[in-house]
Amino acid sequence: MRKFELLDGVVVPLDRANVDTDAIIPKQFLKSIKRSGFGPNAFDEWRYLDHGEPGMDNGKRPLNKDFVLNQPRYQGAQILLARENFGCGSSREHAPWALEDYGFRVIIAPSFADIFFNNCFKNGLLPIKLAADKVDVLFKAVEANVGYKLKVDLEKQTITTPDGSAYPFEVDAFRKHCLLNGLDDIGLTLQHVEDIKAFEAKHRAAQPWLFA
Amino acid sequence: MTAKTLYDKLWDSHVVRQEADGTALIYIDRQLVHEVTSPQAFEGLKLAKRKPWRTASMVAVPDHNVPTINRAAGIADPISRTQVETLDANCAEFGIVEFKMGDIRQGIVHVIGPEQGATLPGMTVVCGDSHTSTHGAFAALAHGIGTSEVEHVMATQCLVAKKSKAMLVKVDGKLGHGVTAKDIALAVIGKIGTAGGTGYAIEFAGSAIQGLSMEGRMTLCNMAIEAGARAGMVACDDTTINYVKGRPFAPKDSDWDKAVAYWKTLHSDAGAKFDATIELDAAQIRPQVTWGTSPEMVTSIDGRVPNPASAPDAVKRGDWERALQYMGLKADTPINEIKVDKVFIGSCTNARIEDMREAAAVAKGKKVAANVKLAMVVPGSGLVKAQAEQEGLDKIFVAAGFEWRDPGCSMCLAMNDDRLEPGERCASTSNRNFEGRQGQGGRTHLVSPAMAAAAAIAGHFVDVSR
Ligand code: SF4
Repeated sequence: MRKFELLDGVVVPLDRANVDTDAIIPKQFLKSIKRSGFGPNAFDEWRYLDHGEPGMDNGKRPLNKDFVLNQPRYQGAQILLARENFGCGSSREHAPWALEDYGFRVIIAPSFADIFFNNCFKNGLLPIKLAADKVDVLFKAVEANVGYKLKVDLEKQTITTPDGSAYPFEVDAFRKHCLLNGLDDIGLTLQHVEDIKAFEAKHRAAQPWLFA
Repeated sequence: MTAKTLYDKLWDSHVVRQEADGTALIYIDRQLVHEVTSPQAFEGLKLAKRKPWRTASMVAVPDHNVPTINRAAGIADPISRTQVETLDANCAEFGIVEFKMGDIRQGIVHVIGPEQGATLPGMTVVCGDSHTSTHGAFAALAHGIGTSEVEHVMATQCLVAKKSKAMLVKVDGKLGHGVTAKDIALAVIGKIGTAGGTGYAIEFAGSAIQGLSMEGRMTLCNMAIEAGARAGMVACDDTTINYVKGRPFAPKDSDWDKAVAYWKTLHSDAGAKFDATIELDAAQIRPQVTWGTSPEMVTSIDGRVPNPASAPDAVKRGDWERALQYMGLKADTPINEIKVDKVFIGSCTNARIEDMREAAAVAKGKKVAANVKLAMVVPGSGLVKAQAEQEGLDKIFVAAGFEWRDPGCSMCLAMNDDRLEPGERCASTSNRNFEGRQGQGGRTHLVSPAMAAAAAIAGHFVDVSR
């Protein structure tokens, strides 16, 4: 996993609640057996005017000019600003894969769906929960200022606006450690092999039918 | 000793170790695997030269991509075919039990787990699929995970997790005629919203829940994720134990008695504390129909499409307006005047034998309305299909003009060829009405199997309770 370093990135506002993972990456792209290459199809149904299928040359497809990701002022955005319950629906990790592949490193929203939230951390994406009124302030600022950027400092757990106001955010210590160091969970868990084996032996003795 | 919730009991009995900040390693008893969310996990495992920790804990099945018609010809779409073949190859390589496409035991992963007895009370169950919450109906701790976590569980038999808060959804009283577990699920979501359960594990309890069959409980727990909760669960009782008994993966002989003794402890203790409690009166629940693009956009069959002018706030108003536009609906239209183009009876929410019976009872001796272009019934597994055929349900459906298909996810998410065309409106027994879920531009209304069958016959939504 890529390390999460200090970020100073352009923000794109996606002003709807309950954005689901079907919208983030439509199901036809889930047929891939790879982990990469989903970026061009992130938000496919909103982003293009035609129907997307795997294997198409996305560079030649008609763009929906009204969709916020297609507006020139938001090109190169690395921070996605969103509303309540972002990432609800299916558990597909293809959603964070697509967002990461598109170039996002941070998603800011008042709330996230649990599975999506978890999946982000496994892919070098930082989801930040910020109170709805603060998110609202950011939406207004982004829309009012072309090229609006935010600085995200994971180490210090702050978001800083161009005018210098800082918003602190919470992040789980373990997840922060993994993101900052680009650590993969499996390696970490396997440091506890003895604990797992001991638990398993005890569990097997108590409920042998689980191991029949 | 302090009184524990069912969730506390399931959690505590699986903690391998816990860090000071609450992050825990949880031991996983059962991992169910399907073709869509596993290839990258197997690949990761191989790249790191790791082996699955305990292959016997895994059961695999292809379901999302499989055709529901003319199966002997194989999968036409080469990309879908590759995905299913990749699952076959991975299972063969690692020696994982798999019910392949031609096997009568093949079906939707959340239907076959319980059907085979691979889901047992007291277990932790995971699958790379959000509707894994279904298995909580067995007093199991079951949740959906992402592909990185699938790989993690394969490699370590553990999941890194933090304990959720506990919510009690208590439904007391008697359900009215024609009102089902699906209606309870939609009514709960209508009440708390699709994010209402975020951060919680929900326990469903109360006399109405105790009165449900295992299949009804599965329908309910299946939809817990649509309320934002990663896990839903129901206490173990005789209904649970009777269902499990004799299934292929269920404990046998002396193990059985020992298991039952343990399973009987799997309920919340009197006085156990929940972080939130929601109460519903079963008698007040009416057949539900969703009108929008999120399961919380739901009302009863007696209701009308809401008017965005009466939305509680500006964000909601915008969502409602967008939903009505996408759904091609006018504000204030009575629900029972909405006509449907297609009907889908299937999915891990409602494709078990009781669902088939419920729909067939409505369809018996009737004909699908002329304005309905396609009404399809897709059983949840090969065994459900065989059972339904033994009971003659297939004949009832076919005589009424429904198509009787082979098992799989089908038009629940339209990854195979079964889908809505743009603008088509569908009465569906599945669980998600998101934009494009059943095909780009398709319009989904979530309902119970009886309501779906009734809509097929009438050509529009009708009240099955009258
Ligand atoms: S039936 Fe639908 S919800 Fe259930 S596992 Fe299949 S695609 Fe997912």
